[in-house]
Order: sequence, then C-alpha cells, then structure tokens
Amino acid sequence: MSRRVALEASHAVAEAVRMADVDVIAAYPITPQTHIPERLAEMVADGELTSAYIPVESEHSALSTCLGSVAVGARTFTATAGQGLELMHEVVYVASSMRYPVVMAVCNRALSAPLSVWGDHSDAMAVRDTGWIQVFCQNGQEAFDLTLWAFRVGEDSKVLFPVMVHLDGFTLSHVTEPVILPEQSEVDRFLPRFQYPFALNPDKPMTHGAFGPPEIYSETKLSQEVAFRNSKEVILRGWKEFGDIFGRYYHPVEEYKTENAETLLLTMGAYTETAKIVIDDRRNKGESIGLISLRLWRPFPFEEFRRTVKGAQLIIVFDRCISFGLGGPVFSEIRSALYDEESRPKVVGIIGGLGGRDMSEENFDYVIDRGREIAEKGSDRMLETVGIR
Amino acid sequence: MATKAVKFGEKLVTTKEFLAEGHSFCIGCGEALAIRLAMKALGENVIMAMATGCDEVTTTPLPYTSWRIPWMHTLFENTSAEISGIEAGLKILVKKGRMPERDIICVAMGGDGATSDIGIQSLSGAFERSHDFLYICLDNEAYMNTGIQRSSATPYGASTTTAPAGKFSMGQVTRKKNMAAIAAAHDIPYVATACPSYHLDLMEKVRKGAEIKGPAYVHILSPCPTGWRYKSDLAITIGQLAVQTGIFPLYEIEYGRYRLNADPPELKPIEEYLKLQGRYRHLTDEQVQEIQQIVKEDYAKLKEKAAAFPL
Amino acid sequence: MAEELTWKDLEVGNIITEAGNGSFRKTGDWRTERPILDKEKCIKCALCWIYCPDAAIKPSEEGYYESDLHYCKGCGICASVCPAGAIKMIAEEEQ
Repeated sequence: MSRRVALEASHAVAEAVRMADVDVIAAYPITPQTHIPERLAEMVADGELTSAYIPVESEHSALSTCLGSVAVGARTFTATAGQGLELMHEVVYVASSMRYPVVMAVCNRALSAPLSVWGDHSDAMAVRDTGWIQVFCQNGQEAFDLTLWAFRVGEDSKVLFPVMVHLDGFTLSHVTEPVILPEQSEVDRFLPRFQYPFALNPDKPMTHGAFGPPEIYSETKLSQEVAFRNSKEVILRGWKEFGDIFGRYYHPVEEYKTENAETLLLTMGAYTETAKIVIDDRRNKGESIGLISLRLWRPFPFEEFRRTVKGAQLIIVFDRCISFGLGGPVFSEIRSALYDEESRPKVVGIIGGLGGRDMSEENFDYVIDRGREIAEKGSDRMLETVGIR
Repeated sequence: MATKAVKFGEKLVTTKEFLAEGHSFCIGCGEALAIRLAMKALGENVIMAMATGCDEVTTTPLPYTSWRIPWMHTLFENTSAEISGIEAGLKILVKKGRMPERDIICVAMGGDGATSDIGIQSLSGAFERSHDFLYICLDNEAYMNTGIQRSSATPYGASTTTAPAGKFSMGQVTRKKNMAAIAAAHDIPYVATACPSYHLDLMEKVRKGAEIKGPAYVHILSPCPTGWRYKSDLAITIGQLAVQTGIFPLYEIEYGRYRLNADPPELKPIEEYLKLQGRYRHLTDEQVQEIQQIVKEDYAKLKEKAAAFPL
Repeated sequence: MAEELTWKDLEVGNIITEAGNGSFRKTGDWRTERPILDKEKCIKCALCWIYCPDAAIKPSEEGYYESDLHYCKGCGICASVCPAGAIKMIAEEEQ
C-alpha cells in the first residue's frame, strides 16, 4: 500500500534516492541543499540504504567523483545549490558530453555576490547550455516523483544523459508537505537496474575521454545534440510509465486553467503554486486568464509549448533571475520559441523573487496587471521588476 | 612475441606493452618511459584515471587511443576525485552482489601541474578519505604539455616561459613543492620517489603502492628533453645524475617512517646535472653555488628525518 | 582518418572501444637518425629494450633486441645506455 506522509521536500528527494537503491552518493553540503546529503548519510548509517557515501571535499570533486562511479556502472546521485553548482560548472558540461547519467538535485539558490543562501533561479539559468535534462518541481510530491523518474530516463540506454531536478531553495526544499510514497515493489517495476553499456572493466578495456582535435570536435557536438534532442521520446515515455504505475502523469508543459485563456502567466518552480491561487481568484471574477509552467526545461519543449499557447493573446513571463545585459532569461527563450509562429501572442517579462524575496499573491496581481499594461502601452523602463525597491 | 618476459637479475619483466606503440610523446621523453615501466609493474587488472597533460594528449586523440587497459580522462584537477568514484563504485557493486569480487588496482596518474597545483585539493581529499588507490605523479617539473610554463614543481633557478630567466630574473625563484612530504603528512601507508633511470626500483615501488591497502603515492621524476632542453638521448643519464647529485633522492615513507633507497657516500656536484640542461643555462656561478647549497641542505634534512624515523 | 568520420560514426560519449588502436600511427617517420645494432658486440642485457620510451625495441627469436622501425623515433636512448657500445645512431637514409 502506498502511504501518505508529511515530508520535507529535501527528505522526499532523499527518500526517492533510497527507494531507487542508489549505489554511490558523493555530495558536498551547501545551504539550502544540506538536508538532502544529511538525510542520506543518516539512511546509510542506519542501514536503510546500502550506498557508498563519499563525503567529498568540494562540489567540483563531488560531481567528478560521480563521473568515476558512473563510469564503472554504479547508479549515482548528488545534490548541490548556487555557488556549489557554479564551482562544478566545468564538470557539469563533461557529465553531459561524456554521457554519464548522474542524477543531481539542485536546491536553486541565488548567486554571489553578494552572498545569498536564499532562493532564486540564477544557478539554474547558468547551466542552461550544459546538456543536462532539466525539470522544475513545484511541490514535495514532484520532488519525490521527478527524482525517481530522473534515474529511469537518464540511465535508459537510448538516453545516457545526466538529469537535474530543480527545487526552489528554502521555499520548496525546506517545506514539509504531504507526499504519497509508493510501495518498493512498484518502484522496482518502474525502475530497472542500471546497466551501463561502457563500464570500465579490465575484461573489455575502453578509453573514456579522448581529446577532440579540430578535425572531429564539431562532429562530437552534433552527435551530442542529436542524441540530446532524441531523449525527448524517452522523457515522455518515462512519464507515461510513471503515470501508469503510480497514477500521477507529468507533462513537459503544465497547463492550469488555460482553455480559451486570453492571457497566460508563465512561471517555473514552487512560486507557481502561489500564482495558481491568483489565477483562481481572477477566473472567479471572470477574467480570461490561465497559467502555464515549464516542467521540462531542457531539452526545451518547443512542440508542447507552442501548442499550449495557441490562441492566447498575451504571455506574461515571470523570471527569478536577471541575465545581465539581457533581461529575463526565460522571457527571452519564450520569445525566441514563438518567433517563427504564424500567429503568436505578445510576450512580456517581469523579474522578481531574487535572493529569497517572496512573491505574495499581491505581487502576482501586480505582475499580471503590469504585464497587461506593458502589452498595451509598451514600456520605457530599462527592466520590468516586481517587489524591488 | 619471442618471449613473455625478460629477466633482469632475479626479476622478470613482462614483454606485454599496455601503452601501445605509436603514441606522440616527444622524441626521448622520460615521462613516456616512466609510464611504460609503471604499466609493466601494474599489469592488466587496473582501471586508470588520468589528468589532462602530456600523457593524456599524446595517447588519446579521438578516435585513437594508445591504452590497452580501461582508461578514463575528464579534466585537469579532478583525477583523484574521479578515482575515488571508481574505487568506491567498484567496492559497492561488489558489496551489493552486482559484480564478482576481483582484484582491480585503481590508479590515478597526473603530471606535476595536475598534482601539486590545480589538483592538490582533490588529491588531499582522496588521501583523507583513505580510498584504496595508487596515485602516480609524473613530474617533468613544469606544464610541459601547454608549452613549458612553470608549476610549483619547477625547481629553483630553472627557466620556464612564465618564470623565464631575464635581465632581472633568474627564472624560478621559489622552491620546489615537496609533494612526497605533503603526501606523507596525510599519514598514508606508502609514499615513494622514483626515477625511470632506476627501472627496477621504479617498478618495485609502483608494485608496492598498488598492492598496499589504502592510498599510496609514487612521485616519478620524468626528464623532459623539450622543456629541460637537452639532447634526446640523455633521459637516462640525466635521471641518474638527478639521483646521484642528491637533487632528487630516492626514498620511501611508510606511515611516516623513512627508508633511503640510495645514499651515495658523496653526492656528485650539482653542476654536472645542471650543465646538461638548457633551462639552467643562464645561471651564474654564484647561482649554481646557491643551488648546490640548497641541495646539500635539503639532502641533509632528509637524512636526518630518515635517521629520526627509520623504517 | 578522423576527417573521414561523420557525427554518426562516433560512439556514445565518444568512447573508444577498440583498445590500443593508436598503434595505427607509425611514428617511425619522425626519425632523423636510426639505431644500428652490432650483434657481435651485443650482450643481450635488454637495457635498450627496457629504456625505450616508445616500446619500439622488440625481443627477437634469437634473443636479441631489435628496433621496430615503424615506431622508432630515433631518440638515441638505446645507444646511450648500451653498456657494450653495440648500438650506433646513424643518419636516416634518404628515401
């Protein structure tokens, strides 16, 4: 029998790692991710999880250690946030280009300077280009579900890409919510053993990580991108299988009350749940408004996204990050994704929720009203923001 | 193959080559020889992680590899972290019954840059966590692969491109980092220095380091004709002089206790070693004497340590 | 040879599954000098074999150690270590 328990989202991630019977955990503590490695260390110490728990000396080493353990065929997990994700930045690229399916939970945290341990999406935005499959969670259930799903997809022999599961730092990672935990037998049905086809072994010596002279580097990148785009098929299949077994179906773009909606608010991550309350209020008052949320961030869900927004007049994109000199990163990607469409909605962007700044319902009210104003009259401001003095 | 092994006195050395011919190490490279010898001591039951550097670039230009053993390279400074993952991964897979138990030696190899500079953090971490692995440092005393830039292993007075000898400079003004001492400070079971000119000694030490449980560190001097600027046939001679002048003594440290492998009654003058290498060509007589003094003092200190903490 | 490969020819992660395929590269064409062995003087000590950085000296059926000219780069280490003076380096002949 599956059971419903109160779990902090970090612990929900740890629980998924435990049920996935992960072999190697190599992680370095950093606020607000610490509850994940702590809970995992506890599980290993108490024998609830049989894993090699490697307390590495930095995040760069954390992910590097993961590369080694995947290379010998071990199911591998790590977690980090903010500065930690930045420190391991070069290794993040390598995990994808060497096709090592590590699963990494990221408790999204603002980037220094100034130092901030609190949440926003700037750490996630800094790794957009790295070639990891990336999803954003809205709540504790998703934190559990998507971590489990991540192993299924990343380790699939047709994929073999690393997967990042994003959770908003503090506002999701540290929040206790009801989470439905499945039976171990259901998990075992969903998640097969990791069979890495190129495991390092003296019986069949292989070379991992040859260098790429100019005569061949370009071909390696094309090969990587083709495989990465093709992983979409397994991503969708993984979600279908997940739904069939556990009863919860996930999609690349979540649509919330979008039928015939003229205006669409686009959010990512945990603040989406606050935004949904505002959407409900406004719809009750007769407004033609809905919400969409990108659950799948990479590979970018072009098809699903374009289909979802057909017919809408306006999309208001809420970013939790400033891409300096450019504006909202999600905003610019959304615009670009719609550029070639024959008929497309107006797209405006507003930035807020940086460094742990909360977004209240009133803040989202402002976002929607100001968004409509910008769409009508344009904007002469350098940057559109919410909640910044 | 005419024979499976070659006899050197009592020792048998395999004729198997785990590093295939056709690699692009420089003509007369001491590092290539060091690796070739180390591989013969290790055998085929290894998994190797290697850092970016001469040894990686000369052996693996996609789509070719010179390696006949399982081999992995990712980045420059993380080899020790990588081997930690390999070692722990193998152990847990055996523990969980997913792999049969077998003796696989986990070896990490890196140059002096990868070891004493950019990679020292991950090396220290791997030592502290006591992974069962052997780390081999191939020390050609500069970042040779990228064109002879200085490292913390470049010896005092040597000229490199980023600490060049010039009108106001004598080249390297800092002292060579003592990596063997740093390794030993982690209280690991085995630390050794080696030189390919003493091939049997090198292979013994690699073998010991591989067999011992826990972390082991072997520091191999790798004469470099391109960067040290000497004729391509001199690698063995220069290596011998490095040991005989005392600038690179051969010793072992087991849990903090020392064994000097060679203690000549009189050290050869350092000038014999320096004059063969273009990277020292700029030195004045005074500077050579200064280096002689440093070598004498360092050697005396080593002997004191060996006497105070004998194996 | 790399130029002939397309993106489809690459293995996942660019992993090379054929161990030691680098031996296809014949580095013998780097040479400007080649070693010549005087079998009369040779004492079969194998020092030339053990000290060759390129593994380009191979044991022969008769127990000598002879250069593999496909790979020998002509560094001269073998000549310099030979205790019997049995190896001489001579200029590489014109083709």
